[in-house]
Amino acid sequence: MEEPANSSTSLHVERQSMEVDIACVGFGPAMGGFLHTLSRALVDGTGQPALPSTAMPGMPLQVVCYERADDIGFGVSGVVTRARGIRTSFPALDPAQIPMAHPVTKERVLYLLDPIGASRRSASLRAVDALVRAFKWMLPYEECAVQLPYVPRFLRKDGGLLLSIGQFNQWAGAQLMASGLVQIWPGMPVSGPLIEGDRVAGVRLVDQGTDRAGNPDVGYMPGMDIRAALTVVGDGPVGPVGRQLDDHFGLPEGHHRRDWAVGMKMVVDLPETCPLEPGTVLHTFGYPEPEIFGFLYVYPDRMASLGIFVPSTLDSPARTAYRYLQHWMMHPYLWRYLNGGTIRSWGAKTLQESARRGEPHLVGEGYARIGEGSGSTNVLTGSGVDEAWTTGVLLAEGVIELLKANKPFTEENLEAAYVKRRRTSWVEKEGRAAERARIGFQRGFLTGLIGMGIAGLTGGKLSLPGTSKRPYERIPSLEAYYKGRISPEEIEKIRKETTEAGSSMHDALMERCGWPKIPYDGKLLVSHQDALLVGGKVQAASGYADHVVFLYSHLCERCENKLCIEVCSGQAITPGAHGVPQFDREKCVHCGACVWNCTMPLDGDPEHANIEFRAGSGGLHSAEN
Amino acid sequence: MSGGFHIVVCGSLVPDPLQTLEPITGPGGPALKNEMMLPSVLDPWAAHALYEAAHLAKKAAGSKVWLVSLGPKAKLQQLMMSLAQKVPFELVALDGPAGGFADSYEVAAVLAQAIEGIAGLDRSRLLLFGGCASASRDAGVTMQMIGERLGVADQFLAVDELTVQDDGSLRVMERIEGGRYLVSVCAGPPAVLAWATGHLPEPPNSPQVGMMNMRAIMPALQKAKPVKVGAEGIAFVNVELPQQRRETRIVKDAPVEEIAREIVAWIRG
Repeated sequence: MEEPANSSTSLHVERQSMEVDIACVGFGPAMGGFLHTLSRALVDGTGQPALPSTAMPGMPLQVVCYERADDIGFGVSGVVTRARGIRTSFPALDPAQIPMAHPVTKERVLYLLDPIGASRRSASLRAVDALVRAFKWMLPYEECAVQLPYVPRFLRKDGGLLLSIGQFNQWAGAQLMASGLVQIWPGMPVSGPLIEGDRVAGVRLVDQGTDRAGNPDVGYMPGMDIRAALTVVGDGPVGPVGRQLDDHFGLPEGHHRRDWAVGMKMVVDLPETCPLEPGTVLHTFGYPEPEIFGFLYVYPDRMASLGIFVPSTLDSPARTAYRYLQHWMMHPYLWRYLNGGTIRSWGAKTLQESARRGEPHLVGEGYARIGEGSGSTNVLTGSGVDEAWTTGVLLAEGVIELLKANKPFTEENLEAAYVKRRRTSWVEKEGRAAERARIGFQRGFLTGLIGMGIAGLTGGKLSLPGTSKRPYERIPSLEAYYKGRISPEEIEKIRKETTEAGSSMHDALMERCGWPKIPYDGKLLVSHQDALLVGGKVQAASGYADHVVFLYSHLCERCENKLCIEVCSGQAITPGAHGVPQFDREKCVHCGACVWNCTMPLDGDPEHANIEFRAGSGGLHSAEN
Repeated sequence: MSGGFHIVVCGSLVPDPLQTLEPITGPGGPALKNEMMLPSVLDPWAAHALYEAAHLAKKAAGSKVWLVSLGPKAKLQQLMMSLAQKVPFELVALDGPAGGFADSYEVAAVLAQAIEGIAGLDRSRLLLFGGCASASRDAGVTMQMIGERLGVADQFLAVDELTVQDDGSLRVMERIEGGRYLVSVCAGPPAVLAWATGHLPEPPNSPQVGMMNMRAIMPALQKAKPVKVGAEGIAFVNVELPQQRRETRIVKDAPVEEIAREIVAWIRG
């Protein structure tokens, strides 16, 4: 039987060990909320340590956070948020203190029609489009788009903020570091949890000085074991620690993680002629494919964050975010604002869209989960940052309570101190209302919109029935998907040519279906590789094992679609020898899209596919996202 | 050497060179657009100096490394989160601009003053390290001026290699014109070594080193003295980026001959 690839990363070597009180994994909004709240309880009114360390007697509580990215500001997101949780933590918050932040001033929701005729629209959607065009004289129709007469209440971000997550993380993290009460270490990926029996005893840091397969190489330094009474896991939807906990402990009954999206975005300098004012928010749907949602947020100083979400319900075996992002920007409604603009930054990330239905066990012996990986994202309101921040705050409040009462971090105590708080929070209440909001998209775009509307307008009391399929169960073959548009022979020819060229197929397939070539202008419309270099500033240090691993070569050899190559946000996965794709770590942005887009399930394990996403170094080096 | 060296490394941050750098004229003169938003890295020349210093200190028992850094305090703090994990050092922080428009003379003056104020520094054991072209817009003058202010006569610029010989003397390889090296030997410290490359890779991140360093780094940052090293009295007539012509392709493992052929074809137009 074939051994899984690169299994040498679990080498049995002697490792150094260090004791801390609380080990944290991943510095994002959730960990920001946790550390901000916790750090305020670590000193008393006179500035003296209020909570002593058990791990290092005589010292204040030792709280250490490890972040994979090379800087805490290398997050990927522009967000619009009601910022209720963030404002509760910072009652005197002045957005002007956070670079790129601005209060929301205007919101528009737009249905984008297809100006090209290449979008894959159902007959019923084509009928809707025809009606819109016929009655455009009486609709708020402009440049192939219809503005919804009002923004549904559940989508509105009244009084909210536009934020760059990179800048917000830097701002929040700098305050934490300046306090000297907690330590945040970027550039330090965590390999996995230390699980002893059913207790999490800390984390293991990634090995350094290895070859790509994880074998010891020049300067080998085995990852250190960081032992802690409490491990706080906030490493996001594709983080290796959270995923390993899910593998070990399973998900609660009835929960699953089958709904995903890849979000790809840019920060751009808008042209001087752009009339959009800071604080403007545009939400779009309907184009370039109906299932793709888009956003444009206008920051101060003529900067904007814009992007699209490509969901797992877009059933294309050649789905690509980058090419679709370019077509979306060039939609006439948006292009009149963007034409002449310049890319400043670019990036991509995976979103876990099962949200509350994907909630893992929030606590266990010695560990707790916060943030997006804990199922806090609200897929109805399209909001996740404030929710994530608040889960961190709630955990910190519980942890402070336990520390003051001198109670250990057992599952039972964490359940009472954290989970109970979370269940009575607004995050939970709104998360439950959103729980089934997107289930309709499993059956199609229009059904999905109707289902979302029903759930939104009834506060989640009503929703459409249905279940989520696993992503790979939704993906047809290329031949079936393009039936009637591209012949199997031509698909085979394109497959052969692109494999020989070492490239993906989607450009050729899309152009064959009527999508025009991208007229690169070297400023905003740039090649995918230029987006990586100019926008994402993507890089990776040597001396780490590859974090994307194709487990079993025989499954890759059998795979016809190779959706991992098509969807890869950084063109880091390309055709390889004998049908096994090759991975280039230096181009990877750590979006994790390859994991949920793999179409080859493991034998006997239908919830896992053939790509493993491990702890890895490098990635985006832009802080303007 | 008995007792080891006292190695003072002058090194600070520069904007991550991969970022979009756009010169603008700000209220205080030339600056970079969104400078405080841009991530920073340790000046690569100074990074060589620091890693070489740490390596030497590890080999020579009793040695100690100080890092004297001049930069905006908030940005220094952020840089230290990464740097502190690399090698052991004690930070001396100075709060001032580090955007590439500071004046070398003033930088040298405040750095020399800070070095003079280091408690317990034994000037007879001093090795003054820094980047060969740091804080000088590539002119390579800052380290010389610091050395002169501190009265250190033995100065080596564009250093690629330092060997401590059995008799305690220092053998230094400096790069000179034409891809050649100048090899010098001096009796020992004090000496100025302005590094060009060095031979050491970036050290791996060590959690223990990080925790040890951070105990002293945060107090040092809190005590950072504000300094003025701006371009007061200096007028920049014009500041602009080199013209770029970007036609990016990433090709791996291409034979040297093929790369050369392509470059020649590109030059010929």
